[in-house]
Amino acid sequence: MKRAIERHLNILEFTLASLLRRKAKNFSLLAMYLMVVFMLASLQFFVTALKREAAIILDDAPDMVVQRLTAGRQDLVPTGHAAEIARIRGVTAVRPRLWGYYYDALNGANYTVMAGDDTSAKTESASIGSGVAKARNLAVGDLLPLIGYDKAPVMVEIGTIFPSGSDLIAADLIIISPANFQRLFNLPGGQATDLAVTVRNPKELATVAAKIAELFPGSRPILKSEIQRTYQSVFDWRGGMTLMILASALLSFIIFAWDKATGLSAEERKEIGILKSIGWETSDVLLLKFWEGIVISLTAFLLGTILAYGHVFFLSAPLFVQALKGWSVIYPRFQLVPVVDAYQLAVLFFLTVVPYTTATIIPCWRAATTDPDAAMRY
Amino acid sequence: MIELSNLTKSFNSGQPNQFTAVDNVTLAINPQQITVLKGPSGSGKTSLLSMIGCMARPTSGRIFLRGVAAALPFRQDGADAVEITSLPERFLNEIRRSTFGFIFQQFNLVKGISVLENVMLPAYPTGEGRAEFRARAVSLLEQFSIARLASQRVELLSGGELQRVAIARALINNPSIIIADEPTAHLDSKLSHEFMEIVGRLKGEGKSVLIASHDPIVFDSPLIDTLVEMRDGAIVASRSCR
Repeated sequence: MKRAIERHLNILEFTLASLLRRKAKNFSLLAMYLMVVFMLASLQFFVTALKREAAIILDDAPDMVVQRLTAGRQDLVPTGHAAEIARIRGVTAVRPRLWGYYYDALNGANYTVMAGDDTSAKTESASIGSGVAKARNLAVGDLLPLIGYDKAPVMVEIGTIFPSGSDLIAADLIIISPANFQRLFNLPGGQATDLAVTVRNPKELATVAAKIAELFPGSRPILKSEIQRTYQSVFDWRGGMTLMILASALLSFIIFAWDKATGLSAEERKEIGILKSIGWETSDVLLLKFWEGIVISLTAFLLGTILAYGHVFFLSAPLFVQALKGWSVIYPRFQLVPVVDAYQLAVLFFLTVVPYTTATIIPCWRAATTDPDAAMRY
Repeated sequence: MIELSNLTKSFNSGQPNQFTAVDNVTLAINPQQITVLKGPSGSGKTSLLSMIGCMARPTSGRIFLRGVAAALPFRQDGADAVEITSLPERFLNEIRRSTFGFIFQQFNLVKGISVLENVMLPAYPTGEGRAEFRARAVSLLEQFSIARLASQRVELLSGGELQRVAIARALINNPSIIIADEPTAHLDSKLSHEFMEIVGRLKGEGKSVLIASHDPIVFDSPLIDTLVEMRDGAIVASRSCR
């Protein structure tokens, strides 16, 4: 056992000395390899973290949202539906919601406007996200004029600015009173954008949704799980798009690495011949080449992954932010919570380390299985 | 003792360009002596050395090694000799590593690594502790007066220095048989004489030395014990020089 370990250590040591002989070649290969792993791992970390963020946010979403459709498009829901839905067995609460989008012509940004529940708050008071406050240079106590449907201003006073920690949810948010909401968008009373339904037993969600659809034929109940699935798909799609952009770089690297790994130079062949002639076994030569492949690919994998971790979770992925977060005037500033998917990391490992190491060994195996004196003649 | 029995080595067998490098050679090589294979280029010396050194297999015939069984990881029952031509590759490697030390015509040192690493190279896969074979390598470099070159890369050395490094490397695993193929081909007369002095010392230490050469400094040397003359793959004369 001790001899076997010594043998590995000795050959590994020679591998390192051997790699250092071709410093420029091996370091350039390592740098390229590292860059590819870094890009792929960054992408993976970023998409996984965003999906996780989305999942956390959606945890607080209502179990079900009921919309009304008119001619296939979303329409306002009469608030009277809420009472009828509340009577369905298993439904705990039904809350009519008022929300919409407001285009700010001053800076070209779209804000999400919601009507607050708090009836005790002053009618003119508003709570805004830090993105809105920054875009409009607002502080608590300032007045924010919102232009209504009839071009008449609706003046609201800033009561609260949400802390930047809640940016991911609230950066572009303006919460105003229901009365101001109705004035701003000329919404008739007794109407809501949708209804948020809470159901006691999650297993009954589908049954409750079916009952709602039966009760109100024009309605569309949307389950939380469906929203979660859509978000996952959206982030996967964005990740896929970015991957496509990276594909050409990836392909170039694969061709380069394959060429480097599979091609055995005359010098390398001669070296294998020398090693065999002085008593190295075929397995020793293969072990040497295996370690060479492992040292390069594993170093690239580990360094690339660590750099990607820092890039995504400490620097908020500046290289991918445009492609992955999507376009917006108000970008939420937020720190992604570190989350590493072991399965995806294992896939990345097998896609980078294993093929390269294998590609390094195969040509050497051919050279190393010949008689040592034949290998010497190369 | 090495015994060769009806040894033949053909290349491209069964094809129009078939070539017989060694033709039905039978020979006994005594231990702890210097044996020189003399002959012009193409006489089959190198092919014969390759087969004795387990680097190539004969087309037909047998090679017996006596007195090396202790170095092997197995024993052949009922005989003190090991017949090596039929052994699997793994065992041949073990014999090559433990029994033979090779000195090549082109030296065949690995470029880019240091003199010390080159000398230690045959010991890496043996599983021996690095500290032990490193100490042995340093001692060999001192023995051949090239310790000061230990950390130098081999491509910066002169021909004589390269030769000494190659000899040190051949001795790192403490082999009982040294095989040298045209060792003086790239050396001037002075260095060739120095080489023969080293060979004499190795013989004095109990090593068997087998040299293939067509250099008169080698085959006319008073140090050699047996001279075997070869031509066209066959032995034309064999005589004791003692």
